[in-house]
Amino acid sequence: MTASFFIWLAALLIGLGTAVFALGTLAIWRLPDCYCRLHALTKIDNLGLGLLALGLALLQPDWIDGVKIVTIWLLLLCSSATTGPLIAQRAIEEQTR
Amino acid sequence: MSWMLIDLTLCISLLILAVAALYARGLQQRVVFFIAFGLLCAIAWARLNAPDLALAEAAIGAGLTGALLLSALNDETDPQPPLTQPRLGRLLTTAITALLTLALCAAVVTLFPLHEGIAIQQLQQQMPHAGVVHPVTAVLLNFRAWDTLLELAVLLCAALTVLNLAPARPVTAHDSPLTGMLTRILLPLLTVTAGYLLWTGAHAPGGAFQAGAVLAAATVVLRLNNNPGFTHLRVGALRALLALGLLLFLGVGLLQTVLGGAFLQYPPSTAGFLILLIEAGAMLSIACMLSLVYLGGHLHPHWPCHAPSNGVDTWKRHS
Repeated sequence: MTASFFIWLAALLIGLGTAVFALGTLAIWRLPDCYCRLHALTKIDNLGLGLLALGLALLQPDWIDGVKIVTIWLLLLCSSATTGPLIAQRAIEEQTR
Repeated sequence: MSWMLIDLTLCISLLILAVAALYARGLQQRVVFFIAFGLLCAIAWARLNAPDLALAEAAIGAGLTGALLLSALNDETDPQPPLTQPRLGRLLTTAITALLTLALCAAVVTLFPLHEGIAIQQLQQQMPHAGVVHPVTAVLLNFRAWDTLLELAVLLCAALTVLNLAPARPVTAHDSPLTGMLTRILLPLLTVTAGYLLWTGAHAPGGAFQAGAVLAAATVVLRLNNNPGFTHLRVGALRALLALGLLLFLGVGLLQTVLGGAFLQYPPSTAGFLILLIEAGAMLSIACMLSLVYLGGHLHPHWPCHAPSNGVDTWKRHS
């Protein structure tokens, strides 16, 4: 019972994550300028990857592998939280130059 | 079936990215496509059951080379010249590359089944004497140690060339609280990861090259904060660090001849320790070499963190 519940939950999370990725990709494709695209990109990085990571972590038979996958997500949170503003800063510099 | 779909997508994406990296409009786009290509290439190696290569490709091919290309792009302030090549030259290059690729494909298809059996049999026979459990490390540092020794020598030559090339690039990064935070999080993690990769090389994918690349990545992160990292050493110490890997390797190899064996033929009882020793030295040297290549050019003995202390602006850009 609980095992199948976890599998369904994982499927739901992975499905949602994939949907976020698809939407985000569409947004990067369609949005007009760097800042809007950056907004979409950070959403994919944080939310999409987080949902995927949680889903995949639930599917791991060994809990330590799940912890590793979630750690990857946390590290990516740090890096995307840094790169987003840096890219925006650079874009502003290039605009005002 | 699902794996085949993924592999097919991977192959097609790789081809598209390769074409894009060569023919995209501007240099900037090409560099971004190249980095994406390197990342997908790493996934391809992982799919081919070569995690060692995947690690190296991700760390060096996509990561460090990407950082190098991006910072080179950043230096390029002049309007970029149009990237054109004479048509005949382009055709010729394409033809030669296509022929070479075909020849390589033919060689792989015709030779592979023949040699695979013999090589793997020999490897399995010899593995108990290797001193390590991971076959890739056994081949790289024991059975074919000559190759790795010479690879290190080649890397050293490249680093020495960079040292003699020109002054180091100017530090263009600005201090930002964001990069400071990232550095504080990443630096300890990168250091621990490098140590882990070095240690784990004995029984799982990893080793000196991957560990060195991760340490060099730490230097790149440090540079975002105007911190010279590894290369903040005196020139003498820097040179010693550069040569350390090769010298240790040679020393261990020669020691075996003194003790009555052949060059680089370690006794099975101490092989594990000797390999770890060589790899530790190689890791430091490789990290130093890769950092130097990233920083580019000969460094001032004391890196100017903020303001030049003496009048010689060696780190200022040539015009």
